[in-house]
Amino acid sequence: MSNIYKALQERILVLDGAMGTMLQAYKFTEEDFRGERFKDYPTPLQGNNDLLSITQPEAIKTIHGKYFEAGADIIETNTFSGTTIAMADYQMEDLVYELNYQSAKIAKEVADEFTAKEPHKPRFVAGSIGPTNRTASMSPDVNDPGYRAVTFDELRIAYKQQVEALLDGGADLLLVETVFDTLNAKAALFAIEEVKDERNIQVPVMLSGTITDASGRTLSGQTAEAFLISVSHIPLLSVGFNCALGANLLQPHLEAIANKTEFAISAHPNAGLPNAFGEYDETPEEMGEQIEEYLKKNLINIIGGCCGTSPDHIRVIADIASKYEPRPHAELISES
Amino acid sequence: MRLSGLEPLILNENSNFINVGERTNVAGSKRFLRLIKEEKFDEALDIARHQVDGGAQIIDINMDDGLIDGKESMVRFLNLIAAEPDICRVPIMIDSSKWDIIEAGLQVVQGKCVVNSISLKEGEEKFIWEAKQIKRYGAAVIVMAFDEVGQADNYERRIEIAKRSYDVLVNKVGFASEDIIFDLNIFPVATGMDEHRKNAIDFIEATKWVRENLPNVSVSGGVSNVSFSFRGNNIVREAMHSVFLYYAIQNGMNMGIVNPTMLEVYDDIPKDLLEHVEDVILDRREDATERLLDFAETVKGTAKSKTVDLSWRENPLQARITHALVKGIDAFIIEDVEQARQEAAKPIEVIEGHLMIGMNVVGDLFGAGKMFLPQVVKSARVMKKAVAYLNPFIEAEKGEEQQALGKILMATVKGDVHDIGKNIVSVVLGCNNYEIVDLGVMVPPEKIIETAKKENVDAIGLSGLITPSLDEMVYLAKEMERENMNIPLLIGGATTSKAHTAVKIDTQYKNAVVHVNDASRAVTVVGDLLNKQTAHEYVAKKKKEYDEFRTKFLKRGKEKSYISIEEARKRKYKIDWETSEIIKPKSLGIQTLAQLSLKELVPFIDWSPFFRSWDLHGKFPDILTDKIVGEQATTLFEEAQAMLKEIVAKQLLKPKAIFGLFEANTINDDDISVKKKGKEIAVFRTLRQQLKKRDGIPNIALADFIAPNSSNKIDYIGSFCVAIFGAQELADSYRAKDDDYNGIMAQAIADRFAEAFAEYLHKQVRTKHWGYAADEALTNDELIKESYKGIRPAPGYPACPDHLEKETIWELLDVENQIGVSLTESLAMWPAAAVSGYYFANKEAKYFGLGKITNDQLEDFAERKGIAKEKARKWLHPNLAEH
Repeated sequence: MSNIYKALQERILVLDGAMGTMLQAYKFTEEDFRGERFKDYPTPLQGNNDLLSITQPEAIKTIHGKYFEAGADIIETNTFSGTTIAMADYQMEDLVYELNYQSAKIAKEVADEFTAKEPHKPRFVAGSIGPTNRTASMSPDVNDPGYRAVTFDELRIAYKQQVEALLDGGADLLLVETVFDTLNAKAALFAIEEVKDERNIQVPVMLSGTITDASGRTLSGQTAEAFLISVSHIPLLSVGFNCALGANLLQPHLEAIANKTEFAISAHPNAGLPNAFGEYDETPEEMGEQIEEYLKKNLINIIGGCCGTSPDHIRVIADIASKYEPRPHAELISES
Repeated sequence: MRLSGLEPLILNENSNFINVGERTNVAGSKRFLRLIKEEKFDEALDIARHQVDGGAQIIDINMDDGLIDGKESMVRFLNLIAAEPDICRVPIMIDSSKWDIIEAGLQVVQGKCVVNSISLKEGEEKFIWEAKQIKRYGAAVIVMAFDEVGQADNYERRIEIAKRSYDVLVNKVGFASEDIIFDLNIFPVATGMDEHRKNAIDFIEATKWVRENLPNVSVSGGVSNVSFSFRGNNIVREAMHSVFLYYAIQNGMNMGIVNPTMLEVYDDIPKDLLEHVEDVILDRREDATERLLDFAETVKGTAKSKTVDLSWRENPLQARITHALVKGIDAFIIEDVEQARQEAAKPIEVIEGHLMIGMNVVGDLFGAGKMFLPQVVKSARVMKKAVAYLNPFIEAEKGEEQQALGKILMATVKGDVHDIGKNIVSVVLGCNNYEIVDLGVMVPPEKIIETAKKENVDAIGLSGLITPSLDEMVYLAKEMERENMNIPLLIGGATTSKAHTAVKIDTQYKNAVVHVNDASRAVTVVGDLLNKQTAHEYVAKKKKEYDEFRTKFLKRGKEKSYISIEEARKRKYKIDWETSEIIKPKSLGIQTLAQLSLKELVPFIDWSPFFRSWDLHGKFPDILTDKIVGEQATTLFEEAQAMLKEIVAKQLLKPKAIFGLFEANTINDDDISVKKKGKEIAVFRTLRQQLKKRDGIPNIALADFIAPNSSNKIDYIGSFCVAIFGAQELADSYRAKDDDYNGIMAQAIADRFAEAFAEYLHKQVRTKHWGYAADEALTNDELIKESYKGIRPAPGYPACPDHLEKETIWELLDVENQIGVSLTESLAMWPAAAVSGYYFANKEAKYFGLGKITNDQLEDFAERKGIAKEKARKWLHPNLAEH
């Protein structure tokens, strides 16, 4: 596992693309989501993509495989909403450990297959940790700005459970992503540090924020640099941005942090901005062209795709990435 | 050290001294403690805001008091701060002696904070545990020079404890050394006790040692302690603070708690005082303390306070009321009116007597040009307050009614949302004793007529800012004629003109139609119209005046000649597309902006139009020193600045914007095809000048500034909408308090913000998003003069008077869904403080006025756009040459 540090020094690593976009193509019905096991579950389950790791594991494995085939070095587990807080929508809080464990396990199986086939190119599994559907530093009630729908401790406990399950299932690293409220991310980092301490292990951690609009700030109002400062107290494998914007619009924000940190820099933008139907229509070639701009400027160590990207996008991105040198960054201490 | 609120704060070798705000500390501020005890969190937030506005780069928050729940108050206050972008842009210092309060604070702040403080006081184990937690929460830490033995009070102890703390933090905890701040204890000097003589110099020398021997750390402290023994003598204290900081900063103290109002400029300290103070701080003489004490007696300063001249309060009652009305002072009006009421037989007499006498003075001064609009509106505010106070007494004695000079209906017409001018006229008339029935904005004609009849009004005043409103006014005049009404009609608003009123409206209605575009004229015009003796004559005179004006105007109009649209197209503005530089935008597509702070817009405000909206004419800033209106303009400006500051601090207005940059080519001479990946997604229709011009002078259309399809080049265009939300609510909140003056002020400021936002966004687009002028460096003056490259014309304005184009922009950018700006039936934008338009980047693109067009272009335009000719005529007729 430690050789991800080595790989990062040698080349630009490629992260996978969207899971949700790929799952849409399967057009799974409510019954498919339920499978045999949740046939009689009291709440509607369609749309609970994380659940598919249990009820449709073959589909998930197939998608992971497609991304590896396309050239990804790292794939993300299907666990974006795998916390008790996010799963409360489906009344599936008790299933959180199993969801994360299974997701990591099947991802690791696929990764190991590919590593065995191509030992010169080891594949990695990143445990995906989403932002949950609540914000710790903003009030959902306009009339009561001091109110909070979730506390730091609630988040910390939920994240800790997810982290433990992901690591037990075999995740090689953790990816705290789509951070729109830095305080949520700090709770996740706190939980990760607790687990590392308790188990006396080292785990590489990637952290990826989201800039929501042209003002260049996160949803919770921080500038890119303030965000970077707020999460730099933990030795991260990488820091960067994903989602919300297409590759072209993400570039200035990557530039804003690239020369201000010694961590590696990651980016996984959307395939452009959504059109009027909420679809992403940037083609692999268009996206590749934009991403090549990053690489020309030597901004990147880890590159992948978010909403709307497919294995075709990742193939083009991997091709381009192979032609460029990674951005120089400090060599962090891997496991002792 | 790197800290963050919403924005970064970087402290390095080149940084200046970092000032920590300390008024949000219950131990240091009695007022703050009281507010927290009474749970007046809004006012407590104001203190925090005041600190940040005053230059504090970090704010220290302390809730350690026996009578409050420190943990709960800390969490509540920090949560509230998180909702105030203008406070939480700076990093927070969480200050407590209790660990559970510190931890609760760390759990609610997203940025990188400073913990104040930990120490070795209770042993290494606790120190290590707390430091480890702080590290995990991602905060920097202040370490007090305190250990198991006690507080460091000399040079050796300071460096001993600092060294030990540093070693434990860096080697045992793995704490980042740059995140360590030492508080080396600032103690008072000149106490009279010998052991205190070296307090300042020991601190300064220990600071030097720490900065030289403990890499990357910072040194901080609370400066006011040093002068503790001179409480009550601020001149000496201020000098002591300055001297202390002067030496401490030289020796490496890089942050601290300093009250900026308790600081003298080092170079401004009188030589003799300086010498005595330095003797004490640096412990230079045996008798330094005695000498300073003696000297201090001679410089005991008196508090500098600004006195307000209240001598007018000694005048007789009527003089006081008149003074209050003329000067717009509302502080004493209630007590004066109450006295008048007690002296009067009936409460109504106070209005008809005392107050009207005062208002007549105001009216006379205004009429003579000795008072200006903003003052009159302020007078009205005082008047309203007085009347509001008297009304319950008047109602108690039923049957009485104040006899107004007349009743005027005021309305902004259907489809239009702009009402600053209307509000000003309403106020001015109101304070001249006319009763105003204000129907607000977007008022349908039926409602105007129905209300006019029901209320039996004496005149109707119509206002509008956008061109379609002109038609509404014509329509209303027709309806008034049809209903056989017989009251005068007043026309006002930016888009109206004497010409349009004379030619289009006056002819529809038998009674007087008067164009009044100047609030100060409204009073005399209405006075003449409603004066029973002279009204008849005045109306006849107006009718005749407008008739003559009309004849002259129509004649003049016919003298101009126009060329056909085909001819005009041949004479288009020609850009050589082979050589003209086309720059591809850095990012194509649509983006929104909703997180912007108003503060960033302030430098972009052009103030000249603000004064115009108050009928003060002149260019800013020269207007402030103008011989005639300068004094009034200065007062108005100061009050606008105060409100501006409040609006910015409390984020009372919310800016939102959307813009898109697209591929584009001109097609069919006058249309611009907007494309995405070569596929057409919208078409902008532009209009071409048709006035016959000298040879060599082109007939321009906006389409000329975009490369045509035939050039085989891909060109680009942008479009945008910016808006300021919340102005109506803010103005209403003032009006609810009978404060029309600030109501109008709020709207006028919102309009300025909208224009400033358009300017800001255009600059962002030029330098960043499109990036064709990445290295542009223009001053604000140059921006206002539009010296930049490229233009941002707006539909409804001279280059493209066609409002229908807004519909295309709305569809292209999905404006309403994305940022919530809507279009009325007359295509006015709501909220009213909004700007929308196009971006053209070509360096030859320039602003121009379309002027009049002829029927052939109208027909061609209707066909191109696929709309009925009648619809096209309806929207374009203000620009048609033949009426």
